[in-house]
Amino acid sequence: MKSATTQKLAFAALGVTTVLVTVPVLLILGLIIKNGAGAISWEFLTTAPRHGMREGGIFPAIVGTLCLVATAVAAAVPLGVLAAVYLNEYAGDNWLTRLIRLAIINLAGVPSVVYGLFGVGLFVMFLKFGSSILAGGLTLAVMNLPVIITATKEALDAVPQTFREVSLSLGVSKWKTIRHIVLPNAIPGILTGIILEVSRAAGETAPILFTAAAFYLPGLPKSVFSQVMALPSHLFAISTQIPNISMQTRYGTALVLLALVFGVNCFAIILRARLRARRKW
Amino acid sequence: MRFRATLTKIWEFLIEKAVLLAGLASVVFVVLIFIFLLREGLRTFATVSLSDFLFGRKWYPISTPPQFGILPMICGSALVTLGAALLGVPLGLASAIYIAEVAPPRIKEVLKTGIELLAAIPSVVLGFVGLVVVVPFLRQTFDLPTGQTALAGAIMLSLMALPTTVSITEDALTSVPKRYREAALALGATHWEYIHRVALRAAAPGIVAAVMLGIGRVIGETMAVMMVTGNAGLIPHSFLQPVRTMTATIAAEMGETVKGSTHYAALFAIGIVLFVITFLVNLIADSFLHRSKVTLR
Repeated sequence: MKSATTQKLAFAALGVTTVLVTVPVLLILGLIIKNGAGAISWEFLTTAPRHGMREGGIFPAIVGTLCLVATAVAAAVPLGVLAAVYLNEYAGDNWLTRLIRLAIINLAGVPSVVYGLFGVGLFVMFLKFGSSILAGGLTLAVMNLPVIITATKEALDAVPQTFREVSLSLGVSKWKTIRHIVLPNAIPGILTGIILEVSRAAGETAPILFTAAAFYLPGLPKSVFSQVMALPSHLFAISTQIPNISMQTRYGTALVLLALVFGVNCFAIILRARLRARRKW
Repeated sequence: MRFRATLTKIWEFLIEKAVLLAGLASVVFVVLIFIFLLREGLRTFATVSLSDFLFGRKWYPISTPPQFGILPMICGSALVTLGAALLGVPLGLASAIYIAEVAPPRIKEVLKTGIELLAAIPSVVLGFVGLVVVVPFLRQTFDLPTGQTALAGAIMLSLMALPTTVSITEDALTSVPKRYREAALALGATHWEYIHRVALRAAAPGIVAAVMLGIGRVIGETMAVMMVTGNAGLIPHSFLQPVRTMTATIAAEMGETVKGSTHYAALFAIGIVLFVITFLVNLIADSFLHRSKVTLR
C-alpha cells in the first residue's frame, strides 16, 4: 500500500515537471504570435526597412537568410551524404573510423560563436571572400555537417543488409549497389536531415554575425560575394542596438523567423512520420 | 568485355577514394578550426602571459596599455552554466523519466514533439523573449536596478539545454534491457521502485553523458545569453548581478575590433579556451555514452 502511494506521488510529480518543461514552448509561441501577428502585412514582408529601420519591412533580411541557407545546403549536403556513405558502407572498424566519429562529435559540440571566428579566419580573411553570402553560407555548412552526416548514416543503417546482399550477389558492383539500391531507400531519412539543417541554418546568428551579416542594406544581394542582411541578425540588431523601434516590429520579425524555422521543422516531422509509415520492410 | 570490366574497376576505385575523402572532411574541419584559432589567437601571448590572460581580472582591450584578463568572463560563463544546470538538470531528468517510463504512447509523442520544437527555437528568438519577458520580470520581482542578470541567462540557457538532456536521458532509459524490468517486477518491485532502483542505475552512464552534453551546449551558447545577461565585465558574486560570458565577449566585440589587432587576436584566444573546454566536455560525455553501450549490451 505504502509503495503504491509513493509511486502515485512520484508519477504525479514527474508529470507536473514535464508539463512545466513544455509550457514555456507554448508560452513563447503564444507570446510571439499574439504580439507579432499585427505587424505582418504584405508591405512588411516585401519592402526594405526605412527611417533607420523604424519603418518599412524586412524583405532584404528574408532574401539574405534564404541565400545563406541555400549556400549552406549546397555545400554541406553532397559532402555530408558522401561522408555518411563512407562511414556506413566502406569504413572498417579501425582507428580511422573512430577518429572520424570523434571528429563528428566534436564538430557538433563546437560553440556557434567559435564557428564564427573560424569563418572569419578561413573564409573571410584567408580565402579573401570578404564578409559575404559565400563566407557565411560555408561557415553554416561546416557547422551543420554533423547534422547531415548523423541523419544520413542513420538512414543508411536502416536499409536492410539483405538489400545489399541480393544486389551484390547478382554481380552488381559495390558503388552501383549503393547508388541504385541503398541511397534510394534511404532518401526519406536523408531528406529529414537536410530539412533539419535548413531550419538550424536559418536560425543561427553567431556564425554569420561577422562572416556575412550587414547591419543595414536596403538593396538585394548581387552575387555570392555580397554582404546580406539576415533575419536572425536583424532581430538581434533591432532588439538590442536600435532604441525606439516599436515592439510590434520586433515581435513581427521574431514571428517571421520562428514561422520559417518551425514551418520547415514541422514539414520534416510530418515527412518523417509519413515515410516511416510507408516503409516496405 | 575485358575492357569494360577494367573500366568499372577503375571507376569503383576512384569512387571509393572520393568517398573516403568526404569521410575525412570532418577530421579536416576540426583540425582547420583549431589551426585557424591558433593562427590568429596565439599572437595574444606575445602581449600577455598565459596566466595573466586566464587569471587577469581586467579586460580593457582598447586602452593603452591594453589589458586582457578573462577571469571575469570565465567566472561569468561558469556561474551561468552552474545556474542553468541547477535549473535544467532536475527538470530534464524528471521529464525524461516521465516520457520514457510513465507517459502513455500518445502523450509521449506529443511531449517529444514539444521538446523537439523547443530545440528548434533559434537562440536569438529565445534571447528576445528573455529580454522582453524574463528580464523585466526579474527586475520587478527582486527589485533590482536591472533584470539583465546571471539568473536571466541561466533561465534561458536551461531551456536550451533541456532538449539535449531530455532526449539523451530518454534514450539511455529506453535502452535498459527488458529483462531488468521483468526481473525487478517479478521480484515484487513496483514500477516506481524499478525506475529509481534499477533503471536509473543501469542508465547512469548515459544520464551523465546527457547532462554533460547539455552543459556543453550551455557553455557555448552565445546569442540568448548575450541578450539577457547585461555584459558587465566584473567578477559576479550572486546570480542577481549582471555577468559577461566568454561567448558574449567574442560576439559583442568582434564586429568593432580592427582585423589583425591584438584585441582581435585576444578574441580568438578566448575562442581557443572555449574550443578546448567544449572539446573536453564532449570527449568525457562520449566516453560515458560508450560505457553505457558496453554495460547494457
